[in-house]
Amino acid sequence: MSASRTFSSSAAAYFAGVRSALLSVYVLVLAGTYIGMGALTHDVGLSAAWLALSTLLVWAAPAQLIMITGFGAGGTLFEVALAVTLSATRLFPMVVALLPLLRGPATRLRDMLLPTHFTSISMWVESLRLLPNVEREYRLPFCNGLSSGYMGTAVVFGFVGYYLAAGLPPLLAGVLLFLTPLSFFLSTVNNARLLVDRLALVLGLLLGPMLAYWQVQLDLMWTGIIGGTLAYAVHRVREVVQ
Amino acid sequence: MKVAVVDWGPYFVLILVGFLPNEVWRFVGLVTARGLDEDSQLVIWSRTVATALLAGVIAKLILFSSGELAGFPLGVRLGAALCALAGYFTVKRSVFAGVLAGEAALLLGDLVFGH
Repeated sequence: MSASRTFSSSAAAYFAGVRSALLSVYVLVLAGTYIGMGALTHDVGLSAAWLALSTLLVWAAPAQLIMITGFGAGGTLFEVALAVTLSATRLFPMVVALLPLLRGPATRLRDMLLPTHFTSISMWVESLRLLPNVEREYRLPFCNGLSSGYMGTAVVFGFVGYYLAAGLPPLLAGVLLFLTPLSFFLSTVNNARLLVDRLALVLGLLLGPMLAYWQVQLDLMWTGIIGGTLAYAVHRVREVVQ
Repeated sequence: MKVAVVDWGPYFVLILVGFLPNEVWRFVGLVTARGLDEDSQLVIWSRTVATALLAGVIAKLILFSSGELAGFPLGVRLGAALCALAGYFTVKRSVFAGVLAGEAALLLGDLVFGH
């Protein structure tokens, strides 16, 4: 076992979380993503304040993208709401997998409200990596600090993109767009140290494009359910055999 | 009756079709996770489902890219992803080094084969 990180106070743990966020590769990812989102927000005629509020309240890049393009393409309220809620199903297993890591002996349900709202891909990946090495009573403030660091980065670069809007050269835009899949790919590889997680990763990498190619409805949801359940089943069988 | 998004105030739309349909899944997760510890079977299964789903998103972003990234040839994007993986393992499992290697490979590949 590696030594657990401990802190002198909750505030110290919170700021250590902020620091971890700002030093991680996800600052680049979020900067790239939200520069693009800011430019798009500008192009469809929404305000920069609207984007900032949507980042604080929605805090999910795919859902925000759906909303903004909904304004641009003139979708109906129902269509946009349906697309947003389908894209958000991924948040459910993430929250279920994350919250037990955060819970200590004195944790109340309302302490979980903030990390529940903060749950997003970057925060989830980094929390699963870092939290096991943090003393349990400081995990909650650490995680809230981490999340604030990411959310703050996203809000700031949303403004940058909004005011930068038109002038991104295509090569730079391509490089920024490539940051997201690359960093999530390597972080997931990095986090998948157990066989069950590696299996889920490989199955997802294969199934995702296959189901999309065959134009299966809700392809990503099925990728998660089929790939994840297969990996889990193999893990269960091995456990029972041993 | 079709109600277009643009007919409503942007902040009203944000709450109604952005915040609420998105947040509901987080809330369902919060309620489900009550009383479960991190080694419970439901939590492990949730983790594998979330991991597989995320892997699917990653593969789709690389294979079926959109926007300016779609201007880079498929082979270059795939090759760059493999270079990123190689960079990650070469430099003591560093995500940062891997991302740098992948981006460098993307630019280099585009210089040789693309645009």
